[in-house]
Amino acid sequence: MKYLDEFRDPVIAKQILSEIKKTITQPWVIMEVCGGQTHSILKNGIDQILPKEIELVHGPGCPVCVTPLEIIDKALAIASLPNVIFTSFGDMLRVPGSNKDLFQVKSEGGDVRIVYSPLEALKIARNNPDKEVVFFAIGFETTAPGNAMAIYQAHREGITNFSELVSHVLVPPAMTLLLSSPKNRVQAYLAAGHVCTIMGWREYEPIAKQYKVPIIPTGFEPIDILEGILLAVQQLEEGRYEVVNQYLRAVQRDGNRPAQDIISKIFEVGNRKWRGIGEIPQSGLLIRDEFSIYDAEKKFNVGNIITQESDECIAGVILQGLKKPHECPAFGKECTPMNPLGATMVSSEGACSAYYKYQRIKND
Amino acid sequence: MCLGIPGKVEKIFDENGLKMGNINYSGTINKACLEYVPEIKVGQYTVVHAGFGISIIDEEEAMKSYEAWEVLVEFAAKDGVDLYGNPLEESKDLIK
Ligand code: SF4
Repeated sequence: MKYLDEFRDPVIAKQILSEIKKTITQPWVIMEVCGGQTHSILKNGIDQILPKEIELVHGPGCPVCVTPLEIIDKALAIASLPNVIFTSFGDMLRVPGSNKDLFQVKSEGGDVRIVYSPLEALKIARNNPDKEVVFFAIGFETTAPGNAMAIYQAHREGITNFSELVSHVLVPPAMTLLLSSPKNRVQAYLAAGHVCTIMGWREYEPIAKQYKVPIIPTGFEPIDILEGILLAVQQLEEGRYEVVNQYLRAVQRDGNRPAQDIISKIFEVGNRKWRGIGEIPQSGLLIRDEFSIYDAEKKFNVGNIITQESDECIAGVILQGLKKPHECPAFGKECTPMNPLGATMVSSEGACSAYYKYQRIKND
Repeated sequence: MCLGIPGKVEKIFDENGLKMGNINYSGTINKACLEYVPEIKVGQYTVVHAGFGISIIDEEEAMKSYEAWEVLVEFAAKDGVDLYGNPLEESKDLIK
């Protein structure tokens, strides 16, 4: 357990922290891309122990948060159809659509089931040949290989009563979009560790170069994050902008090749809308035409969806790092985890839920 | 959704043509697909994400992440939810 002790050892944390303090001479804004990192930062109080020159802003890396309202409303419509078993990761069940959420559909008699893997959804399809089984396939590059595999396997086995409602997004185009915005404040990125486990970090090299931002693929442990920040600050202070991998134990430059192969067999890159942000060119994965019988959007005609976003919710600007959750007038008042107005208050990776849970109620 | 649990591969088998494994996560055994870590062997550790092994890691790494995971689970349980945000009671009857 020596290794573990080292990783959690506050002495090491203090060493990294004092290194950061020694290095820094001016203010810097660093964005952690992944919502899992945001939660780790707030839970461990990393935001409170850093020198005041460092401002951490929270990125769009919360798959539940960026799944567009249209798709959620479509999920609600499909899940309400007779003869459909609608399967999903648990996080999606409480995400508010225009009028209700999946829990409500379930309480109204819809057959909505939580699964932990898309292969479980496929198994339900195998065992219920007289039903249509739909899996809500959302997420970033990390969940894409599993969701692709379920379609690939359905195809191999000739299972036709299985389909996926896909809302897959890709992280690098969103990182690029934020950097190219005139409102951008981000000067360095901590990139999402497990996204890089799948995709590697080659894609980040041209971004770092073009926008002159250091990009650090970073893990989720407190020490990982502190080290990621140190690697970013060193480059910022020296005027360098390279991709430097902090998360050595899980990330290789080329990523996971077998996973990438299945992703590109089943999906193709296309435009995708992000909730609160808008359409980002070439930022999504769409099911290829040859596998379109597994595309729930094509299989089920749920008619015209008219969406209705909450007027109060400012999740979009929060996801772009332009505001903090406690700057939202509804935060902790009309909007709480029990009564969420936006997806960022629901998800275990959402910034609003992190601020609520770890009680960051004002700027310190 | 992008966190992952490390577990030890206890058994490798074929299921419907896919390489699968029984994975031991600190005592709890669950099935995961190992198609994305084709070279993995019994006794090695893998980070499992949504039912799929996505990378092979060494034992010390795995031990470290266990602790992080347990802290997360405890923390979620304090709020009456599991790690995926499901209420603890409801997740029991929803998982078939
Ligand atoms: S606090 Fe609630 S209403 Fe405000 S941005 Fe977050 S999710 Fe939206």
